[in-house]
Amino acid sequence: MHGTKILDEADRLMTVCNSCRYCEGLCAVFPAMEMRRAFSDGDLNYLANLCHSCGACYVDCQFSPPHEFNVNVPKTLAIARAESYAAYAWPRPLSGAFARNGLVISIVAALSMAAFILGFVALNDRTVLFGVHTGPGAFYRLMPHNTMAALFGAALLYAILALVMSVRAFWRDIGDPIGGRADGGSLLQAIRDAGELRYLHGGGVGCFNEDDRPTDRRKLYHHLTFYGFLLCFAATSVATLYHYLLGREAPYPLWDLPVVLGALGGIGLIVGPIGLFVAKMRRAPELLDQERYGMDVGFIAMLFLTGATGMALLILRETAAMGPLLALHLGAVFALFITMPYGKFVHGIYRFLALVRYAKERRAEMIAE
Amino acid sequence: MNSVVSILNGAITPVTSKRYDVLVIGGGNAALCAAIAARRGGASVLVLEGAPKFYRGGNTRHTRNMRCAHDAATKILTGPYTEDEFWEDLLRVTGGQTDEVLARHMIRESKDILNWIVEQGVRWQPSLGGTLSLGRTNSFFLGGGRAMLNALYLTAERLGVDVEYDAEVTDLVIEDGMFLAAHVKRPINGETEISATSLVAAAGGFEANIEWLKEHWGDAADNFLIRGTPYNRGSILKMLLGKGVQEIGDPTQCHAVAIDARAPKFDGGIITRHDSVVFGIVVNKHAERFYDEGEDIWPKRYAIWGRLVAAQPDQIAYIIFDSTVVTSFMPTLFPPIAGQTVAELAGKLGLDPAALENTITDFNAAVRPGKFDHTILDDCRTEGITPPKTHWARRIETAPYLAYPVRPGITFTYLGTRVNKEARMLMKDGKPSANMFAAGEIMAGNVLGKGYAAGIGMTIGSVFGRIAGREAAKHARN
Ligand SMILES: Cc1cc2nc3c(=O)[nH]c(=O)nc-3n(C[C@H](O)[C@H](O)[C@H](O)COP(=O)(O)OP(=O)(O)OC[C@H]3O[C@@H](n4cnc5c(N)ncnc54)[C@H](O)[C@@H]3O)c2cc1C
Ligand code: SF4
Ligand code: SF4
Repeated sequence: MHGTKILDEADRLMTVCNSCRYCEGLCAVFPAMEMRRAFSDGDLNYLANLCHSCGACYVDCQFSPPHEFNVNVPKTLAIARAESYAAYAWPRPLSGAFARNGLVISIVAALSMAAFILGFVALNDRTVLFGVHTGPGAFYRLMPHNTMAALFGAALLYAILALVMSVRAFWRDIGDPIGGRADGGSLLQAIRDAGELRYLHGGGVGCFNEDDRPTDRRKLYHHLTFYGFLLCFAATSVATLYHYLLGREAPYPLWDLPVVLGALGGIGLIVGPIGLFVAKMRRAPELLDQERYGMDVGFIAMLFLTGATGMALLILRETAAMGPLLALHLGAVFALFITMPYGKFVHGIYRFLALVRYAKERRAEMIAE
Repeated sequence: MNSVVSILNGAITPVTSKRYDVLVIGGGNAALCAAIAARRGGASVLVLEGAPKFYRGGNTRHTRNMRCAHDAATKILTGPYTEDEFWEDLLRVTGGQTDEVLARHMIRESKDILNWIVEQGVRWQPSLGGTLSLGRTNSFFLGGGRAMLNALYLTAERLGVDVEYDAEVTDLVIEDGMFLAAHVKRPINGETEISATSLVAAAGGFEANIEWLKEHWGDAADNFLIRGTPYNRGSILKMLLGKGVQEIGDPTQCHAVAIDARAPKFDGGIITRHDSVVFGIVVNKHAERFYDEGEDIWPKRYAIWGRLVAAQPDQIAYIIFDSTVVTSFMPTLFPPIAGQTVAELAGKLGLDPAALENTITDFNAAVRPGKFDHTILDDCRTEGITPPKTHWARRIETAPYLAYPVRPGITFTYLGTRVNKEARMLMKDGKPSANMFAAGEIMAGNVLGKGYAAGIGMTIGSVFGRIAGREAAKHARN
């Protein structure tokens, strides 16, 4: 007996799969499973977070429903995975509420943040909000840089704290000795595996989505989203360095690094999330964890909003729309930050850690052989 | 008005109103290889699969590997496996009950199949380290048999092969060894007749037809479990044999292994097997041993235990071992039944406790010391009991005592239609049929008179399927 019903089901499936093993060439989940004969809660959470939901083991399984053995690994692991996010979330009380209405909460958070910023500005000086501002420091006429930095710094620090606490709980639970660290080789391996989404390839043919015909689009959209996000993050980091080290104030000219990085990232964050959303709408229901639909879509929506408002801001920054757009963009980013530890964002971190653990196990096994 | 009606009619007439060059009956490996080869040979092809879409591909869904000859190591296979060596393996397992010309032809063709099948979209997986040491002789499908089938279906579809599911063929119109038409029953359209220029029968054996099995095995067949599809009822085989096609093989010969008695009646597949026999002893319902459990390395002797258990009273047996060996074999779907004492275990199995205690005491006393190594024929054996355990004999003495109940699990039957090297069916008078071909399980008996070596089922299907499709297309286009 496990902590939850879905872990009981995951255990049942891993017992079936371990006596079958036909899927062992498809991804990391099955070889990791083969290293065990019995599965603790932590083992199952580890396997769940190793799964990339490519769907191959469902389409390839001779026992998937309507077969009486009723083997649906992708869906079961998807639910277990989502439940694991809530189980490790810090502080505990915040986890459940978010998972239930992810989409609504993210949008409400973004809008209320935007309203807050608009209100803040309006209180100071109404004419500023709809005025046309250009040149360095234009943004800060709406909100002083220090206020902005303090607000977002605090949100980010909080998010980091909450994430660190969650990640510790996860790493401990998936069986690494407390204080156990990953070696460089395993880390590198995991970075490569995560960076190329190695296991979202259905064993080579691609990812399964609407039917039993593999297509690789989800991988492409995920790449756009993920690298788009990283580029935006890089743009912000460079801008911060510019500000503090060089004393150069935003907005920057179009050819400048923060704008180039941000623009490329922004495109990724618009196209990627739309693609992922469409793929999700089309995805065969038997592969989906419908209950967590809101959380998934909420995260996609937040990324899209961040990208879209950022791009709009870039294009219209020299018009009167700049003020409201800046408020919206900042609202989206702020909401993204504070909801990070309680939403789909964590899947990236947990999956990466699971990949590290897997790389470690594999290396240990190879040395032992 | 007339034209409107005909257009309307045209719109609702099922795809099969078209006359096809080649009609393929079945939906497994043999059928799909035939369909693809026929289509590549320029023929229009219709595949009629009796099962619903999920169950498409019969027993092929449950397979994992295929045996092919090859002259040098490849990315997926170690070492060479020459035609001669394959032939000798086949000769040994069948005890000579095989058609040498056909078998050698199949083995030669199997070399090319390794690559051909990849060209049809099937992917191989690097050889497995684990329990079955077949990395030299057998190639494993990446993702298993259903993944392999999915690839074949995608390729067939892309090439323009028409496939219908839930389309059971209920009758064949055959005149003087010439196929004219098939009757097909579909859930919506009722029964219709479909004619085609050539026929490929690839509809499997009759293992799922318990009534037919009972004709040859008697009531014992009621206790058989069928490892694969419930749709292989042998109806096409019966029709063909009833309409003048020559039969080959013994109806009691089949591939049968001992599988967990708790498995479902049909379609339990690979995961109900047990490979623990060499680590323990096997007793019948009287708690008596009945065969040398240490006769040979398990994969080699795997296929004899189905028959052995079928010959025991009530077709039930129990693999008994102790807690020292539980991690020596593959994890199992059903957990072992456990008892802290032999008597407690016997109670749970419904065996006479005193009888089981006696059997184990006698066995333990007969065990001679040796150096245990389950990867070779080691020197751990018994002395002074019948039957002996000639290898891997170790005392069963560490609680908890454990057991798996097992029954005969039928994989597939060997009785079939006689064919020649062109996969063309031969009629009772010895003449080749004008336009009827057969591939796979339905003609496996040509190659397998008895016995089995892992992976040959798929070799028979792929090799003869490809030939049948090619020849059927050639006939249709002449
Ligand atoms: C558990 C298990 C594991 C196995 N593992 C291996 C392995 O690893 N390697 C190996 O070589 N072999 C293996 N085999 C044997 C292998 O499955 C068969 O030899 C092979 O699948 C036969 O292929 P086939 O195309 O002739 O028949 P099948 O794949 O069984 O296809 C027969 C088809 O005919 C259809 N059909 C039947 N009657 C009708 C009708 N009246 N009208 C229309 N359609 C009909 C069925 O629905 C089915 O789709 C295994 C078998 C089992 C059960
Ligand atoms: S998903 Fe199905 S085919 Fe794959 S290992 Fe599990 S039981 Fe076997
Ligand atoms: S990654 Fe794909 S193949 Fe692996 S468990 Fe998840 S859905 Fe199955």
